[in-house]
Amino acid sequence: MTGFALLTATQQPAPTPPDQRERFYALLPELLASDPRAVALLADIGAGYVDAGPAVADRVINVGIREQLLVSAAGGLALTGMRPIVHTFAPFLVERPYEQVKLDLGHQDVGALLVSAGASYDMAGAGETHFGPRDVALLDTLDGWTVHVPGHADEAQAQLRAALPGDDRVYVRLSGASNARPYGTGPGMTVLRRGNRGTVVAVGPLADRTLAAVEDLDVTVLYAPTVRPFDAATLRSTLSEPDVVLVEPYLAGTSVRRVAEALPDVRHRVLGLGVGTAELRRYGSPADHDAAHGLDADGIRRSVTRFLS
Amino acid sequence: MRPPTTRGYDDLAALMTRMTGDEKHEPAATSTLDVLWVLYDRILRVDPARADDPDRDRFLVSKGHGPMALYAVLAARGFLDEAALDRFAGFDSNLGHHPDRTLVPGVEISSGSLGHGLGLAVGTATGLRLQGRAARTVVLVGDAELDEGSNLEAIQYAGRAGLAGLSAVVVDNRSASHGWPGGIAARFAAEGWATVDADGRDHDTLERAFRTVHDDRPLAVVAHVEPKGSPR
Repeated sequence: MTGFALLTATQQPAPTPPDQRERFYALLPELLASDPRAVALLADIGAGYVDAGPAVADRVINVGIREQLLVSAAGGLALTGMRPIVHTFAPFLVERPYEQVKLDLGHQDVGALLVSAGASYDMAGAGETHFGPRDVALLDTLDGWTVHVPGHADEAQAQLRAALPGDDRVYVRLSGASNARPYGTGPGMTVLRRGNRGTVVAVGPLADRTLAAVEDLDVTVLYAPTVRPFDAATLRSTLSEPDVVLVEPYLAGTSVRRVAEALPDVRHRVLGLGVGTAELRRYGSPADHDAAHGLDADGIRRSVTRFLS
Repeated sequence: MRPPTTRGYDDLAALMTRMTGDEKHEPAATSTLDVLWVLYDRILRVDPARADDPDRDRFLVSKGHGPMALYAVLAARGFLDEAALDRFAGFDSNLGHHPDRTLVPGVEISSGSLGHGLGLAVGTATGLRLQGRAARTVVLVGDAELDEGSNLEAIQYAGRAGLAGLSAVVVDNRSASHGWPGGIAARFAAEGWATVDADGRDHDTLERAFRTVHDDRPLAVVAHVEPKGSPR
């Protein structure tokens, strides 16, 4: 597990940051061992990677390729006081069983820790069916969800550990993209840079490329590893020119409304960068899709420069 | 253990009338009535004084439609204040046309959209099993509700997992638009459940069905009642 090696090798810059999903699978047995309420629910995805020892094996439940049951069973387990950790790819965790998320968790007034992998287009070659850019926007239609978008495996690990003891509804959006180092674990935003010509909010794994994109611009850069609740206080307290750019690794504009709600008394402008709604019908690599959606450093630089000029 | 029953089966019709205003009830409104009564009167270990007891049996009504019979039984068993029945479905009422578990004591799940209860019951039975509790989980579904594919996911998994703490009672009033050729029980049996067909109006038969031994697998009781739309 390269992830654990990197945790102690802080002196040397890591050539490749640890993978968030691998870290989650490696961490899962420890989470289960640490809390007798914890129970992992899988729908085949990840089942071959989770190596749970005999002490916790009965709390790793693979329901097969049954995503409606995956979330309904989580609701039932929570009703008995358990703490479900529910995992599959983003579109199969939030989109396909959306009504189960709405009714069997929310309407039952119970919680769960939903942990998705695949993000918007980690599996670029798999195409649209495996893309998950709509997850955060869908969860925005529901009440009471905390949404973490970790930008580094260490952040994901801290967020997972912190979420385990609760009874609330938490979504952790693991990504194949990563920053070179952790910048914070939320729930508040981290101030990466202060400037005078506006604010750029970089969400999760887009922080490094956003910093590179605005290197020559006099802007504040905030880092958000948690987007719900949205940290309005830090946005307000660090605001210079009231021009705000959101750089989000999922549907463009998802948090624009949150900026409006954060600045109800300030005349402001806001630009929401992210993944477009139009289907590209392309495969290739995540880097290809970043470029196509203007989410590579060049694209972010172009958009921010145009917006601020 | 259980508090003395202040009301009996013969009082249920009058309790339902307080909600519906109708002196006589259509079979559809009462299709679940006898199953509910037998469960609360003879099977379930539940107590309104200890409604949060972690070792209580769990009764999940998946088919949330037509809950008057449920509310009448809950009132008769002391879970509900009878006066609440008179405010049925009002804005300030805790009793709606589909039940909300956060509003009604003794209601284990909020239901209404069909096809959610069996999955919730699988999770509930699994949670109780993991905690080493002997409590039983019983979920009530309708034959038409089984149209929803989500039920299949739960039926298949519960059978494979040998979820012996789980029982499903299917109230079959033949209301599924396309029917169930070969019967409903056969579908549960194919997935590894113990199954019993029973007269859904006969209390002794229902009691025997619910007491069927199923040590290593879940139990499905198919309770047959009059077809929807027919006079009782």
